[in-house]
Amino acid sequence: MGRDRETLLRKYHQARWDEEIICEMDVPGERGILVPEAEAGIQEAVGDGTSRIPENLRRKQPPALPEINQMRVNRHYMRLSQETLGTDVNIDISQGTCTMKYSPKIQEHVATRNPGMAEIHPLQDESTIQGILHVYYQFEQFLKEISGLDRFSFQPGGGAQGVFTNASMVRAYHASRGDHQRDEVITTMFSHPCDAATGATAGYKVVTLMPDDTGYPHVDAMKAAVSERTAGIFITNPEDTGLYNPQIKEFVDIAHGVGALCSYDQANANGLLGIARAKEAGFDLCHFNVHKTFSMPHACMGPAIGAVGVVDELKRYLPLPRVEFDGERYTLDYRGEPESIGRVRSFLGNAQGVLKAYAWVMQLGADGLREVAECSVLNNNYMLKKLSEVPGVVIQYSEEKRRLEQVRYSWGKLNRDTGVGTDDINRRIADYGIQHYWPSHHPWIVPEPFTLEPCESYSKDDIDEYVAVLRQISKEAYENPELVKSAPHNSAIHKVPAPSIDEPERIAVTWRQYVKKQAAKNSG
Amino acid sequence: MPRRTLGVIVNPVAGMGGRVGLKGSDGVEILRRARELGARPEAPGRMAQALKAVSQFQDQARILTYPGQMGEKSCTLAGLPATVIGRTEGEETAPEDTRRAARQMAAAGADLILFAGGDGTARDLYHAVGEEVPVLGVPAGVKIHSAVYAVTPRSAGELVALWLQRHLLRMRSSEVMDIDEEAFRAGVVRAKLYGYLQVPEENRFVQNVKAGGVVHEAEALQGICAEVLRAMEDPDCIFAVGPGTTTRGILQALELENTLLGVDVVRNRKLLANDVTARQLLDLIGGNRAKVVVTAIGGQGHILGRGNQQISPEIIRQVGRENLLIVATKEKLVSLGGRPLLVDTGDAALDQELSGYTRIITGYGDYVIYKVGY
Repeated sequence: MGRDRETLLRKYHQARWDEEIICEMDVPGERGILVPEAEAGIQEAVGDGTSRIPENLRRKQPPALPEINQMRVNRHYMRLSQETLGTDVNIDISQGTCTMKYSPKIQEHVATRNPGMAEIHPLQDESTIQGILHVYYQFEQFLKEISGLDRFSFQPGGGAQGVFTNASMVRAYHASRGDHQRDEVITTMFSHPCDAATGATAGYKVVTLMPDDTGYPHVDAMKAAVSERTAGIFITNPEDTGLYNPQIKEFVDIAHGVGALCSYDQANANGLLGIARAKEAGFDLCHFNVHKTFSMPHACMGPAIGAVGVVDELKRYLPLPRVEFDGERYTLDYRGEPESIGRVRSFLGNAQGVLKAYAWVMQLGADGLREVAECSVLNNNYMLKKLSEVPGVVIQYSEEKRRLEQVRYSWGKLNRDTGVGTDDINRRIADYGIQHYWPSHHPWIVPEPFTLEPCESYSKDDIDEYVAVLRQISKEAYENPELVKSAPHNSAIHKVPAPSIDEPERIAVTWRQYVKKQAAKNSG
Repeated sequence: MPRRTLGVIVNPVAGMGGRVGLKGSDGVEILRRARELGARPEAPGRMAQALKAVSQFQDQARILTYPGQMGEKSCTLAGLPATVIGRTEGEETAPEDTRRAARQMAAAGADLILFAGGDGTARDLYHAVGEEVPVLGVPAGVKIHSAVYAVTPRSAGELVALWLQRHLLRMRSSEVMDIDEEAFRAGVVRAKLYGYLQVPEENRFVQNVKAGGVVHEAEALQGICAEVLRAMEDPDCIFAVGPGTTTRGILQALELENTLLGVDVVRNRKLLANDVTARQLLDLIGGNRAKVVVTAIGGQGHILGRGNQQISPEIIRQVGRENLLIVATKEKLVSLGGRPLLVDTGDAALDQELSGYTRIITGYGDYVIYKVGY
């Protein structure tokens, strides 16, 4: 048993439970929990409880939810979880740009089970939540030190909302100066698409710079892009390629030269902690994805944190409320700054997330954070070297250059040689117990792309296993391309259908839709 | 039960001139010389390569093809059962055979015609079926300037396989370009835009499945048109809209008659003239403010000098570089693989002035800074 010591490959096979959809498991009358009636003393004090809910808010009929006992519900979701490859069961190097690092379980315990955290409410008087306000204040001091910027807000619930918040502050800044001619923002093709999208949402036109042969845009392209209409630049560095633009200061200076602000998308800062700061590169704003670099879970597009930071000159535009400290007590400032862009999320944002990230930083200390960056860059360049030896893999742009924390690779050569493309390999890796990898944002500039990020959490052995899988699939592609093209073979679903998600007649995303479409189908 | 009918046409002589350095295979004389120099037909083999990817879905499709080298042989090589229709005259095949085959297949209900050839073959398909029946080219010719070809024979086959599996596959109008071969052999490149064919969209730049949040070409084109229409709110400015499907949408949005291959002139959202010559355009502009809208034409990425020679150096100088609106989808720019957009106005000094980093309209309020070269 165990992995083959020579090849490092596993004989993986995914569970397949053939479960019904939960709505089909309905047994009328069955209950998961029987809610006890309130005790006499309580009834006496507050009545039966339900009658206190206003009449017009009460359901006339019970909701049409499936009726299932607790054990069956539990079994159902355990089975479904076995048919997935989540971050805790596979080597999650696959999600390049997402920084899928290990989130220590102790943090989960502290943030969600410790009554001191789990049982507090944001509407409590601030004198009774001094603990979490202390954590907010301290974590802000950490991020100030890490970025060099002067104030932070943790309200945005994700990276894109963080960038949108920054775009809104850029807009507020120019408006407060009576400068209304600026209607454009600049980004780069290899920056995250939200840098373009949130600028557009904030009402700006978007100018995108294309990379040249080096992998990042030419300074002349930046010069051609700016004008008195430029409100700001929103860029990543290193970009998705993992290449650090060494001329970033020039880009920032060109933008400042026309009166624009510079916002640094540091969603993924894993290669930079303790090494390079937004301040020294001249940026006015930045944001960190706390669920990436600072180890809190990603939360599946749910409650994450896009921490936004600004220089002193812009702090009056930050969202409210802000946590203040007078040397003795922590307070919440709701009204201090009339020029604030206001709230971007209710209350203080995701307080559990801040606590997890705070705990993570406290475990590591300043030296530990720098070591995180060094390890993730070392891991990445080790993997880069190993993968550059795999037949069919191409290192696009500046091949001789070291990368920071991630690399966008290309199967372009393998595709030309064998007809096997990145989508095929993406299905095949599941047969070796690895979840599908992230190819690239659209459009694909690097042909047949795949983006990997072996952050500091992964050991040499983990990286070697991951590389061994890709080496094996490359070998299969050259020897027996059909094997790869017809993959996966060891997964819960053996044939992944080709239709894309924009085929409404074949895809239902809710039970109600499914029932409707089935009925329509059956009636011919 | 086959759901769809696929026509298969091979121009067996396509590509024969290339191997022996003749820069093309059009014309009986060239073909004779090619054979003397030892050229052998390669297109049937390339079609067979494409069809191999189709063979595993053969129960989904009824295949129609032409006898011998014109398709039958390729189907046999790929192990694909096919119904042979029509017949060929004599030993050598001629453009008329390709045209007749395409017409007969269209009449027999072909949903898609897969053809192997080069630019000359694409012109024959255009001549026979226009945009009535979707087609897809398997690259086999010496010259591939037309945008109707897949990148490789195999990728053509895979696209057909996808088309057989999917209910929907987006089609796009793609350019049929060719050069004057006689002039080309004399060292002069003269490209011409002949028309458009309907071709399934090859998603080289997006994931095949599960691709959420992708802006498809149709939406991107709508955005581009909306951006140009916004500029047209200026009632005094004359707009000369060059050829191309990207630019055609602008006149369609204004519900104005348009010429796909020509330059149309608009002012205050009203048509001034269709399909003007350089001289007529210059007269129309006179001393007025004017903007010229151009797009990349053909696989090389020419924005001036291929298929839109009516927009002469004189006109560009008159309106000024800043009034040259260049429109293109991001996918189009990415497909150039880092090569610059090209200008070839015939005026070397102007080409130089036009080159450098330039703003391209890629959507509504959406631009890319891209390099223009010559």
